[in-house]
Amino acid sequence: MSLNRRLAAGAVAGTLALGLTACGGDDDGSAEGGDGGGGTLVFAGSADPVIMDGALVSDGESTRVINQVFEGLVRSEEGGTEIEPALAESWEASDDGLTWTFTLREGVTFHDGEALDAEAVCFNFERWYNFTGVLQSPAVSYYWGTVMGGFAANEDPAMGESLYSGCEATDERTAVITLSRPSSAFLSALAMPAFTIASPAALQEFEADAVSGTGEAPSFDGTFGYEHPVGTGPFQFESWERGSEVRLSAYEDYWDEPAQVDELIFTVIPDGPARRQALENGEIDGYDLVDPADVELLETGGFQILRRPAFNVAYIGFQQNVPPFDNLQIRQAIAHAIDFDNIIRTNYPEGAVKATQFMPPELFGWADDVTTYDYDPDLARDLIAQSGVTDLTLPFWYPTDVTRPYMPNAQANWELMTTDLEAVGFTVEPHTAPWNPDYLDATQTGGTPMFLLGWNGDFGDPDNFIGTFFQDVNPQFGSFDNPEIFAKLDEAEQETDQEARAALYQEANRLIMDFVPGIPYVHSEPAIAFREGVSGFVPDPLSNESFSTVTVD
Amino acid sequence: MLKFAVRRLLLLVPILLGLSLLLFVWLRALPGGPAQALLGERATAESVARIEELYGLNEPWYVQYWKFLSAAVRLDFGNSANTNRPVTEEMMRTFPATFELATAALIFAVGIGIPLGYFAAKKYGSWLDNLSVSGSLLGVAVPVFFLAYILKYVFSVKLGWFPTQGRDDPRIDAEHPTGLYVLDGIITGNLEASWDAIMHLVLPAIALGAIPLAIIVRITRASVLDVVNEDYVRTAEAKGLYERTITRRHVLRNALLPVATVIGLSAGLLFSGAILTETVFAFDGVGRFIYEAITVRDYAVLQGFILVIAAMYVVVNLLVDLSYGLIDPRVRVR
Repeated sequence: MSLNRRLAAGAVAGTLALGLTACGGDDDGSAEGGDGGGGTLVFAGSADPVIMDGALVSDGESTRVINQVFEGLVRSEEGGTEIEPALAESWEASDDGLTWTFTLREGVTFHDGEALDAEAVCFNFERWYNFTGVLQSPAVSYYWGTVMGGFAANEDPAMGESLYSGCEATDERTAVITLSRPSSAFLSALAMPAFTIASPAALQEFEADAVSGTGEAPSFDGTFGYEHPVGTGPFQFESWERGSEVRLSAYEDYWDEPAQVDELIFTVIPDGPARRQALENGEIDGYDLVDPADVELLETGGFQILRRPAFNVAYIGFQQNVPPFDNLQIRQAIAHAIDFDNIIRTNYPEGAVKATQFMPPELFGWADDVTTYDYDPDLARDLIAQSGVTDLTLPFWYPTDVTRPYMPNAQANWELMTTDLEAVGFTVEPHTAPWNPDYLDATQTGGTPMFLLGWNGDFGDPDNFIGTFFQDVNPQFGSFDNPEIFAKLDEAEQETDQEARAALYQEANRLIMDFVPGIPYVHSEPAIAFREGVSGFVPDPLSNESFSTVTVD
Repeated sequence: MLKFAVRRLLLLVPILLGLSLLLFVWLRALPGGPAQALLGERATAESVARIEELYGLNEPWYVQYWKFLSAAVRLDFGNSANTNRPVTEEMMRTFPATFELATAALIFAVGIGIPLGYFAAKKYGSWLDNLSVSGSLLGVAVPVFFLAYILKYVFSVKLGWFPTQGRDDPRIDAEHPTGLYVLDGIITGNLEASWDAIMHLVLPAIALGAIPLAIIVRITRASVLDVVNEDYVRTAEAKGLYERTITRRHVLRNALLPVATVIGLSAGLLFSGAILTETVFAFDGVGRFIYEAITVRDYAVLQGFILVIAAMYVVVNLLVDLSYGLIDPRVRVR
């Protein structure tokens, strides 16, 4: 008896509650922006950030947020890779390339009200340099390791001497950074999110360096990167709801042109089609990682598609220690046998351009006169005949389960290539492996004699492309050991005169393309989608876009 | 009654022990191995070996199992390899979401299922009866993910009536003291946020509740049909009692017993269904989290979450058993 009554009462209460809340929701829920009239921009990425501390991450979802909240001494020009002033209004390198003097901008404040001065800059550099234990792991401070190569006290004896050797605040606005050896990639690297300057007060108060666990599975125990990321950028941090959204607001005392929107929200929608549908349904204003297959659909639906300048390269790699890839004429024959224009037309979204060398044309050091390998099956057959190689079997690998900006569909590429190769007399032996970890492992350890791979640039310097590939013996390319190319790239890295440096990289590119250690074939343009009424977004080749110029209607 | 409850709770121990052992062995039998999964891209054989040593993965399985177990009793399930955060913290974040969704799905299934089943039985052979029988057949037959996709496509993408994904509109700034968004809105006086959360719940709840709804309709109908022909109902009718009184006191009370069992069993169904529903609607709950954990072989998450879900399942079914006594005094459990 009592149960019945309770049931009835519960049902009534439930209905009432629903009814009441329903009454509260008469409007459509799309709250407009505050007094500034700037409004709110909601942008969807595919994953949650890891932590909002530039020194500790290398993933795009984290760096996207970091780029709005933090700034470095220098930055890449809007939409390009040239270095321009940011927190430093000017800089000067000594003749020997070892001392870099940065003059800081005046009147810059951190979001916590602290002033930016040279002490703060040095504090950040010293913090990174003095990382210990877990913080030195390549999985944590990847970019410091890549650019600087070592720490004050290396945990791993295999690490070398750090490129960075010290920082001195000679006066309030002058930070002098000394290097242990000259490096021309240093300045470009400083534009990376990994080298952005955080408020020393916040770093200390919120224990940015409190970390436990292991290098591969670190556990960040402080709250700086989760709840109190404090930089000087156009947006300041408001809140982070894990797995769901990060809220930022315009920073009123920003030193430069203030952010156009009042509020910027990065939301997480892991599934590609779900991102597209959320945009179509008006739940978000834009999203990244547009599936090439959706581009046309969105464009006809009245949405804007913006393309990042191609800052990647897809290539066929060879291991020169495995026959027949040790034979130059065979490598040339393969390059002439494949109709790459056809592959780009068939498998790539609009905007993809044919590659002639292992770096994109936007970058200085790109050479317009390298040896190119046009589609010419007859020439390929001649080269095969001249090579004297009789076993024309090609063990050709491609990855499964993966979409990369430079390779939307690896298997589709592989199939077209195979058809062309077999047409000139090669026998292609198919090999596949899941991308992660098997395929990457196999290519890095020399298990794939001929393979499809590519590279997305990290910073605007040729060193990040051809330096990574060909400055030293690289297991990916087998026993590829070409002292002439190595020496040229070493020389280029040490050169501090920009023009001379560009010329050296051009020479290196010519040498590389004569030697054909692999065949670069495409630079592809990743797309970003926005609804109508969003404007001012400038796609960046390195994906380090600032959202401060974006407006919403 | 209390003794029964305690006994059943104690039974949890061997059940969870057995399950944890099974899980432990099964997860380790999967290809790839936890170390490789943890290291991901570009891991070399040496670093895999280093990680195995660090985590004791090269120790005998029973030593590993013991370590896992002794940490698990302190609710320490380690860190998620995917998000780098403690598994327990991820549970606190995702369980309220799924609880809210499952509750909404159950409200939908029970709220519609019991009346529909009842009236179908009362109007046995009518169009309503036929409709509910065939409709419930369809409900059971259609896979959850398919229904979810269809609902989303029609009502979100095409008609734009409901949001396509997520738990709330990011433009609405809401606080979440409990993690149950509808409730949070009411607590914090932000009814707009509550309404928004409800709008986000509607489609996933329908998709998730479809199968339980179908089952509840059928069981209620069958059960009511059984009961209305019982002597005591006919006696009550002969006595001239009001129809409403008969329904409430004699028919429903007796007919609801098997329905309660079904609702209890649905709790498990809701969790497995949530994996599909939450993935389709990018609903940030346990289901989606487990789906992601499976795809990246996040062992710590799988172990912890599956154990906790199993424990909850056992507890829910205990509550169902206890509720028998409330619904039908004849079934006083001892």
